[in-house]
Amino acid sequence: MKRFLGFVKKEFLHIFRDYRTLFILFGIPAAQILIFGYAVSTDIKNAGVAFLDLSHDEVTQKLTDKIISSGFFKKTETLLNYNDIDKVFKKGKTKAVIIFEADFGKKLISEGKASLDIIADGSEPNTATLITNYTAAIVNDFTMSLAGSSLNNSVHISPEVKMFYNPELKSNFMFVPGVITLILILICALMTSVTITREKEFGTMEVLLVSPLRPVQIILGKVIPYFILSFINVLLILALSWLVFELPVKGSLILLLAECMLYILMSLSLGILISTVSKTMQQAIFISLIGLMLPTILLSGFIFPIENMPKIYDYISSILPPRYFIIIIKNIIIKGTGLFYIWKETLILIVMTLAFIGLSVRNFKIRLE
Amino acid sequence: MVQAIEATGIFKSFGSTKALEDISFSVNESEIFGFIGPDGSGKTTLFRTITTLLLPDKGRMKVLGMDVIKDYKELRKNIGYMPGRFSLYQDLSVEENLNFYATVFGTTVEENYDLISDIYSHIEPFKKRLTGKLSGGMKQKLALSCALIHKPRLLVLDEPTTGVDAVSRSEFWDMLGKLRQYNITIIVSTPYMDEAIRCDRVGLIQNGKILSIDTPQKIKEGFSRKLFTVKASEKYKLILSLRKNPGILTAYPFGDSIHVTLADESADRTLLNYLKNDGIDDAVIQEAEAGIEDRFLELMEIE
Repeated sequence: MKRFLGFVKKEFLHIFRDYRTLFILFGIPAAQILIFGYAVSTDIKNAGVAFLDLSHDEVTQKLTDKIISSGFFKKTETLLNYNDIDKVFKKGKTKAVIIFEADFGKKLISEGKASLDIIADGSEPNTATLITNYTAAIVNDFTMSLAGSSLNNSVHISPEVKMFYNPELKSNFMFVPGVITLILILICALMTSVTITREKEFGTMEVLLVSPLRPVQIILGKVIPYFILSFINVLLILALSWLVFELPVKGSLILLLAECMLYILMSLSLGILISTVSKTMQQAIFISLIGLMLPTILLSGFIFPIENMPKIYDYISSILPPRYFIIIIKNIIIKGTGLFYIWKETLILIVMTLAFIGLSVRNFKIRLE
Repeated sequence: MVQAIEATGIFKSFGSTKALEDISFSVNESEIFGFIGPDGSGKTTLFRTITTLLLPDKGRMKVLGMDVIKDYKELRKNIGYMPGRFSLYQDLSVEENLNFYATVFGTTVEENYDLISDIYSHIEPFKKRLTGKLSGGMKQKLALSCALIHKPRLLVLDEPTTGVDAVSRSEFWDMLGKLRQYNITIIVSTPYMDEAIRCDRVGLIQNGKILSIDTPQKIKEGFSRKLFTVKASEKYKLILSLRKNPGILTAYPFGDSIHVTLADESADRTLLNYLKNDGIDDAVIQEAEAGIEDRFLELMEIE
């Protein structure tokens, strides 16, 4: 036991002595949270919208006011005919044009149905989708309030599931789970694999092997410091998200932390596995970055929804642990669900962790090659 | 006498490269045994086999009475190993490195301080310094202290003096000599022939084969011919000229002179004339006593 503690102490010394490691451990997560939270925000704020009102009645006026006063949009111009649409887009300030058909108010009252066109600037597809979604939501809201106040009961509801759990349409929340997922797997796997291969590369592994330390002690000694630091990292990210973006954790905090520990453990064992197959630090870094970071960003559902992917990517992503963890923490943080709804994903992570540990212990060489 | 190491018929190859071929030797308890050979001769592979880091393809080896394959766990507790490449943690201080190795081997620096005090006292003033910032000689002393800290019964030093200055090298060997009193068996490898004298016995190794094992004195005496040193101001011209002469068996450069053996051992007068005719008129020829390197080169010729 004393041997083991001595080894753990040495690992901590390595970490605290290397400013770069410390920076990677704590600087990058903080930076990523802030960058994703602010810069990559998919919120729209004061997006330029032009109106082409062919009806000019009370209803269109009200709806126009409602859209503008929502805070998401800013009125750039009032158009007079269809020919102006092209011109106004070319000026660049307008991202969408909202067109009320002739006799909009009359039709709505008499037929209970009126049509409104949204033409968005497709050169920025992301913004375009967001604007159309937002406008649709506002219009729905408007028709609902109309339905409530008048006799008109023809209510058109277009369900927008993504916003259901994010009523203020804040996108920052969506990034926090993704960033936690990405950072943990990256840091844990990268750090452990690098620290073990470093011993190999510097020849110190040779001396460690010719010592009474058992492989399990060496592996655990490497894992424990990073486990503790990564857990502190999780707390840091959550605190930062709460302080800066007022992210509420809807579910049980204890469950959330327990799931994070499981995920950290999984990532660490993955790192050890990487270190057993790579001979140099460069190899380890390469495998961790290319093999883990890219798939996590692209395929885990972090940025691109898995439902929209071709089936083949869906299959590939199903072997990626981050995919399951994202589901777990999105559920806990944003929806506030309990273990009952995420036990399947949790079980998958446990099985993966055990498999990685088993493989690494089997692969760990007690001799040189 | 108890044998610290007993090896019979050890073979080891990496792919098609034969690193060790039919190596057999034995090392007595508490002797300093040196393996001398050029780079790539198989010294490191042999040492890694002794320290249980590599499995031999064939052959049996017992170290401290234990089998290197079966009893590797127990054996590892009793070995102090200093690999050829400097392998301490460069980002830890001198003191931290020493403490780490002491704890890993289940002891403390205080417990075995007397064993390393001679060596460690040289670097103790710098104990707070990061190991990466030490000079080559100090690094070697620290590495030796770390390898010794758990009072091993066998000390395995792979080229401990490579890349270390001449004074430090000499000091290092003095320290190894002092370790005798603690009954520690030491096996050490070196590419420097002059260090062989400081071993009790040496094994000459070349291309994975042991050429000869004996005391340094006996190895020198094994030199079978008369040896001459030839000196001249233009050394390069001299060696070219010597190697042209069919009466010369071997001519190897040694420092500022050339070691020469002749087919006709009394022909040194004739040689002087030959050199004069060849345009080298300041040549001096002397009979000399053969060193270990001469014998080594001779053995290599025979191979």
